[in-house]
Amino acid sequence: MRWNFLALIGSVILQFFGAVGRLAMFTGKGLLHCVTPPFYPRILLRQMLQIGYYSLPVIGLTAFFTGAVLALQIYIGGARFNAESLVSSIVVLGITRELGPVIGGLMVAGRVSAAMAAEIGTMRVTEQIDALTTLSTNPFKYLVAPRLIAGATMLPLLVLVADVIGVFGGFVVGTEKLGFNVGIYLQNTIDFLHMDDVISGLVKASIFGFLISLMGCYHGFMSRGGAQGVGRATTNAVVSASIMILTANYIITELFFAQ
Amino acid sequence: MSTAATSTGHPKISLKGVTKHFGPKQVLRGIDLDVQRGQSLVIIGGSGTGKSVMLKCILGLLHPDGGTIHIDGQDVTHLNGRDQEAVMSRMGMLFQGGALFDSLKVWENVAFGLIQGKGMPRDKARDIAMAKLAQVGLGADVGELSPAELSGGMQKRVGLARAIATDPEIIFFDEPTTGLDPIMGDVINDLIVKCVKELGATTMSITHDMASARKIADRVAMIYEGRIIWHGMAGDVDHSGNDHVDQFINGRAEGPIQMQIRKL
Repeated sequence: MRWNFLALIGSVILQFFGAVGRLAMFTGKGLLHCVTPPFYPRILLRQMLQIGYYSLPVIGLTAFFTGAVLALQIYIGGARFNAESLVSSIVVLGITRELGPVIGGLMVAGRVSAAMAAEIGTMRVTEQIDALTTLSTNPFKYLVAPRLIAGATMLPLLVLVADVIGVFGGFVVGTEKLGFNVGIYLQNTIDFLHMDDVISGLVKASIFGFLISLMGCYHGFMSRGGAQGVGRATTNAVVSASIMILTANYIITELFFAQ
Repeated sequence: MSTAATSTGHPKISLKGVTKHFGPKQVLRGIDLDVQRGQSLVIIGGSGTGKSVMLKCILGLLHPDGGTIHIDGQDVTHLNGRDQEAVMSRMGMLFQGGALFDSLKVWENVAFGLIQGKGMPRDKARDIAMAKLAQVGLGADVGELSPAELSGGMQKRVGLARAIATDPEIIFFDEPTTGLDPIMGDVINDLIVKCVKELGATTMSITHDMASARKIADRVAMIYEGRIIWHGMAGDVDHSGNDHVDQFINGRAEGPIQMQIRKL
């Protein structure tokens, strides 16, 4: 009994390190193929469109309402300390530093990594990935590399859009509902807007975009066993991408942007 | 098709003692097999006997645990990356389910190996793809459809057109007639024989459809429990003197091969 218990612990640990190793190898291979030819510009463009352009409505809506509710909450919370005037500055700071990249990342994770895992997973179980290899095409170059590049480049652009729309959401609520003066609100926003805040958000976004694509591709590639396997891969991709975004967000902030 | 001439002295494909296991399950237990240039070898055997795994080992999709695989005398057992792609460019493969890329049009599927693999301009590759589609009896209008719009038989034919598009020296067929009605199955068999003859390619097929095997084979090998248990000319398959082969080709439940099913 005792040995069985130890064996159980052992096998769990082995499985864990096995998974970490597989993911590390996959990431390394993916990165290597991002920088070595041949490149597939058509596929890259299609992925950029898929990740970037088609995510705009989702990102726009979430950013607008996030900015709006942030303004509302700060006003309510700030009223307790007579600090209502901080609404505009906290909205711009919160959106550019945290909420833009994180909420944008999570929304794109739900939309994009699920779609990638489902597409690549189906390709795996219907032998399309094997077919790529037999047609002298490296599946890493053809499937993984364009998605990684598209993820890492498109998410910062999306977050930039989210920043603008989020701040605009706060502005609308602040001036239309809470009665702030348009000029003063804008002045405060501009005064508190630092380039560093925006850039830190965009750097984060780029890493999140990479993680989203990585999880979508990895779980799709590893999926086994028909429709159920693809379903599991899709769920795993979204869940792991979301967790990685939140974890990476803390680590990046702690390491580079916390003064 | 049965010219067993070996001008270079090497068999086209040669397997020696190839083994492969997945976890505790030993799938291949030492496969020895030679295929001569221009020959059509059909490997028969039941489900789960290692046919597909063997094919994937030769294609480099799986790496064997032991033994060696030579193609044209070149050791390809553990090739990777560019070297593997170079070997691949001389091979074609028809997958069991077709494995057509559903994000691409039919003609782009057929032209895939030409455009991505060989870097041919799209216009030129398109012309070749249309010619290959015509070769398998499909019109230019089919080329503009997406694979999802095709019937099973048409998908198989597109798969065949894709496998022969780059004029490969070796073509593999994985269960070419499975899932088709007998007539469409025979159409595919005829197409395989015709296309292979025109290309002069060496082929290796795996199937459990004896009608298909008789039609396309020069030689037949039977795989059972991860070993080749019989290997001979296609004409000799009916009097092989091997109980396992007899049971298989006559499709009898009783015999030396016992299916792993629980008694009710």
